[in-house]
Amino acid sequence: MIDRAQVRRIATLANLALTEAEEETLAGELSQILGYIEKLSAVDVTSIPPTAAPPAAGNLRKDVLIPSLTAEQALANAPARVLTTFAVPKILE
Amino acid sequence: MSAALLNLTLSELSEKLRARELSAAEVTQAELDRIQSVDPQVHAFLRLDAAGALAQARAADARLDAKAALSPLDGVPLALKDLFCQEGVETTAGSKILSGFTPPYDGTAVARLKAAGAVLLGKVAMDEFAMGSSNENTPFAPVHNPWDLTRVPGGSSGGSAAAVAARECFGALGTDTGGSIRQPAALCGIAGLKPTYGRVSRYGVVAFASSLDQVGPMARTARDCALMLEVIAGRDPCDATSAEVPVPNYLEGLGGDLKGLRLGVPREYFGQGLDSQVEREVRAALKKLEALGATLEEVSLPHTEYGIAAYYIVATAEASSNLARYDGVRFGHRTKDAEALKSLGGMYRHTRAEGFGPEVRRRIMLGTYVLSAGYYEAYYLRAQKIRTLILRDFEAAFQKVDAIVGPTSPTPAFKLGERTSDPLAMYLADAYTVSANLAGLPGLSIPCGFASASSDGGRSLPVGLQLIGKPFEERTLFRAALPLEEELGLAHREPPL
Repeated sequence: MIDRAQVRRIATLANLALTEAEEETLAGELSQILGYIEKLSAVDVTSIPPTAAPPAAGNLRKDVLIPSLTAEQALANAPARVLTTFAVPKILE
Repeated sequence: MSAALLNLTLSELSEKLRARELSAAEVTQAELDRIQSVDPQVHAFLRLDAAGALAQARAADARLDAKAALSPLDGVPLALKDLFCQEGVETTAGSKILSGFTPPYDGTAVARLKAAGAVLLGKVAMDEFAMGSSNENTPFAPVHNPWDLTRVPGGSSGGSAAAVAARECFGALGTDTGGSIRQPAALCGIAGLKPTYGRVSRYGVVAFASSLDQVGPMARTARDCALMLEVIAGRDPCDATSAEVPVPNYLEGLGGDLKGLRLGVPREYFGQGLDSQVEREVRAALKKLEALGATLEEVSLPHTEYGIAAYYIVATAEASSNLARYDGVRFGHRTKDAEALKSLGGMYRHTRAEGFGPEVRRRIMLGTYVLSAGYYEAYYLRAQKIRTLILRDFEAAFQKVDAIVGPTSPTPAFKLGERTSDPLAMYLADAYTVSANLAGLPGLSIPCGFASASSDGGRSLPVGLQLIGKPFEERTLFRAALPLEEELGLAHREPPL
């Protein structure tokens, strides 16, 4: 059901670098899982509304300032930084 | 002395600490010694905070001496699944992509345990990003089941379950997205509760699937779980999904008979795929519930068979979105491949390919696919509609009964390696647990007996009984579980380590 070209397309969307062997394995595994998932098409869902999350109502808090991380704390785990910013490869010349 | 000490339940320990028959420092030291001696076989702990735990224990002793205990958990040694952010203690979610990540803050459940005086021993193993049912999806050593070291502890909270079963701690926090507290609790012979969606804050918990994830307690008995739940439950302004529902005293007035309690036995939980010995033990426990005064009634949850398929669409879709944050920019692993680092996209793709294990990649791929243009309606939207049908099944059943009761897992613990090459067979381990997540309901697993593994010399393997309740009615589950676990008397039966 899923071929290697589709695997490559999904991997691009998901930002995952895959080797050819991994593409091959995933094509087989995803096809098998989607084959199982096909059983859902046997259920008549006409006029059934979707449920995105359980009905337990969430509540937004009031929009007031509360203490947050300092820049130093936020940057403490950064793989690379410049001054008080996260550093990444250049995207513009 | 120390063996008997560690075989106390959390509730028993709590009483002895307050009566000053035991000190938190000696109990904590006994746990650290126990971990030293058995964890090389069990592999439950990823890292210990011995110094921190002993300091917390001494502080607890000072409070207990002054009769100023903060809660029933004051001085009680606990463990945390490695996806709970604890300030200053590395938190990896069992993944290489978060190796070295040291949270600058405590998640809410952890903060509440600390405020209650609990002693935090360290972080325990899990399936990577909580994706798995055996603890084998890990770049680290897989956890071994204390009842039979050739078998899995279940997952994804397998380190939590194994540590509690092996007497390496008195309780642990886990998370449950499709059965990740209840299934390992069942396979390791302990109790585990997935509370109602919204009952416990997820702030500071590494996210897997946000419409399903819930934090819960794992300990040797349901009574112990109730004590832990009372501490961690309740509204948290930092988690918009945490509900504005008062936290009751879970144990007040419980115990005694079960007269008037109506329990539904879903016929779909006793069909094909259920191990005959698991069925025997569960049915024997049902008889005991009846003898305690409960009435049993067969009910039907007709969409149960679609639960796993719907779950694997919803959960992977949400995971593909949640895990997009792991990109090597702000924390965790970043690729060192010079070629990849020439572009931002290359850095993303290689960082993620190096950092995520095979099951996590598989789920990100599946989730990305079901959300992608042209497939959204056929998969994601359809799964959400099936979710409605599963919710309605429960609503109909709860018209007639107060709670649902059945097996937690279709089989006892399976062999390490037995299902690793077949993702689908692994997924089916959650056949009876995923529905409660899809519907947002509380589910409790308690030990109810033993099966013997006839294939290899008759080792005793624990069997779990699951109770599923109405939203925010965890108390009903405890009400049924408390007299049953006393009747069964399994809380002090130790694994042969």
